[in-house]
Amino acid sequence: MSTTLYIPGEATARALGAEAVVKAVSAEAARRGLELRIVRNGSRGAFWLEPLIEVQTPQGRMAYGPVRAKDIPALFAAGFLEGKPHALSLGPAADIPYLKKQERLCCARIGVIDPLDVEDYRAHGGFAGLHAALSMEPAQIVQAVTDSGLRGRGGAAFPTGIKWRTVLNAPIAADGQKYIVCNADEGDSGTFSDRLLMEGDPFCLIEGMTIAGLAVGATRGYIYLRCEYPHAHAALRTAIERAYAKGYLGKDVQGSSKHFDLEVRLGAGAYICGEETSLLESLEGRRGQVRFKPPLPAIAGLFGRPTVINNVITFASVPAVLERGAAYYRDFGMGRSRGSLPIQLAGNIARGGLVEKAFGVTLRELLYDFGGGTRTGRPIRAVQVGGPLGAYWPESKFDTPLDYEAFAQGGGMLGHGGIVVFDDTVDMSAQARYAMEFCAVESCGKCTPCRIGSTRGVEVIDRLRSGDRPALQESLLRDLCNTLTHGSLCALGGLTPFPVISALDHFPEDFSKPLAAAAVGR
Amino acid sequence: MSQRRPVGVPLKAEPSAELPSSERDTVLEVVRQNRELAGSLLPVLHGIQERLGWVPPRTVPLIAFELNLSRAEVHGVLSFYHYFRQKQPGEHVIYLCRAEACQAQGAAALEAHAKRKLGVDFHGTTADGRYTLEPVYCLGNCACGPSLMIDEELHALVTAAAFDELVAS
Repeated sequence: MSTTLYIPGEATARALGAEAVVKAVSAEAARRGLELRIVRNGSRGAFWLEPLIEVQTPQGRMAYGPVRAKDIPALFAAGFLEGKPHALSLGPAADIPYLKKQERLCCARIGVIDPLDVEDYRAHGGFAGLHAALSMEPAQIVQAVTDSGLRGRGGAAFPTGIKWRTVLNAPIAADGQKYIVCNADEGDSGTFSDRLLMEGDPFCLIEGMTIAGLAVGATRGYIYLRCEYPHAHAALRTAIERAYAKGYLGKDVQGSSKHFDLEVRLGAGAYICGEETSLLESLEGRRGQVRFKPPLPAIAGLFGRPTVINNVITFASVPAVLERGAAYYRDFGMGRSRGSLPIQLAGNIARGGLVEKAFGVTLRELLYDFGGGTRTGRPIRAVQVGGPLGAYWPESKFDTPLDYEAFAQGGGMLGHGGIVVFDDTVDMSAQARYAMEFCAVESCGKCTPCRIGSTRGVEVIDRLRSGDRPALQESLLRDLCNTLTHGSLCALGGLTPFPVISALDHFPEDFSKPLAAAAVGR
Repeated sequence: MSQRRPVGVPLKAEPSAELPSSERDTVLEVVRQNRELAGSLLPVLHGIQERLGWVPPRTVPLIAFELNLSRAEVHGVLSFYHYFRQKQPGEHVIYLCRAEACQAQGAAALEAHAKRKLGVDFHGTTADGRYTLEPVYCLGNCACGPSLMIDEELHALVTAAAFDELVAS
């Protein structure tokens, strides 16, 4: 019987050399006349251990990592195919402390299963939520999602059940069309949970969207995927094709006579298209410019029809809610933040990766217990939580629990759960400048505070950094940020002041340092 | 090929007849494959860029004609999205991440090195036509930066030396 090996085909693992490892394993196996079955799984998300090889043995899946191609002959010689020890041994994969301490509800199958094998997906509980939903009335599905307490995981944290109920009850046009749209335009720096899910468990997203279709009476869905994710694109296309072949999509989902079609559309490198209304514009084939609200997309969304638009992780959390019940999901978490959040440890961090935990875990636990501090070994000076529009926080705020309300109260934003770590070499005035620069590059141009204010912001920060009448520049900057906050049409202009003002408030010393003129405006 | 309509304003019935046939055929083929899609303009532009490496501005009138849009609409979309290119790129495109997570891992130094090494700024193409350097705001490889993507291949933990090796090969 051939031995089964798991070697991730996921983008980060590939970038760290997984392809060379696969080649080396195949070559060495051929040399020894051994027959192996290599499964290209997703990454479990412990990136400092990638490429991580797992070998199926009678004692379970034994892990080795990080493996380089040059380690392969020695691994074979040590008997890793029988799970025997080697310097790279990590023991059973599921017992790696980083993974064992997590609470994986949404990401439970990532890294475990063959992402493109429907049967493997089913064997690990896949499609159980869909089958439950097929025996329920639409209003019952919506009720279950409402009762679970699930909130939008894209960052805005709007209660999913309320959004779905609005679409379920929305007046329809003569054609009766409603849409399900998945926002897979994961543009926030420091986030990759959507990508890991789409590459490592794409059927979970398909299942979640199909359930949403059943819940609100929509027969067509779109996944709007950023074009920077070619591997996720390939995985989704194959998974959708196979879901059709097995009757999980199409005119007659699992013989229920319910209809749901799904396709992937690519974005084109515009951060603003992560904003739901500009995403809809883009899907309709136009410039990704923000729409005025109201009307809400739930009433008049894609092509003017009632539309559920949710993030990847939101949809992917739904199958577990239907499979295990709303109460099971709701019992995780704290306050009004129910369930779990896939958190992403990024930037200068020793053990970066995906950590799914119930809400309530503190930043400090994530940064040190999971993350192990910085990769450079220097002290953590600042973290930015929630993407490029999130606040920069100093160490004094690290005991904040991950909870939407606690973060808001502390002047921050949990967003999509990305945490970017900086060590003590960071220049926070440069980070503030970058926030304005990013807003200028990515502004859709529709509203003036964002379009022009961002460029003026770069200029005023440059003057502040050069020591040109600093008190005046600071008051100008605060005034400008106030205008952006209150006068912008969407979150891009509205939230850009978060990183700017938080850097100024928490790290004022970085703005008053006398700087060489050459260092400014690079 | 330009001909007068029987009545009314003189219009080019078939615009862009002067296009190089490779571009013309590509546009017509891609439009044919995507015409039935709702909101087909982005898929069409993606298809053209996938085949030609860019979307030549001279194809805009033909795209507009085929999709029954105005040239302004097509130009507006083409110029809005960072990913679509209106200039012919080098043989390979290097997408260098500039976002915060990579900054925390030394992206600014790598950016300076890459520009010096290639002798171009962002959006520029090397003199030998081998590489075009583009900024990108996040490749989703945020725990293993600095990151870059060459064509569709992602690279992690890119040092200056690793960069030199990548562009030497």
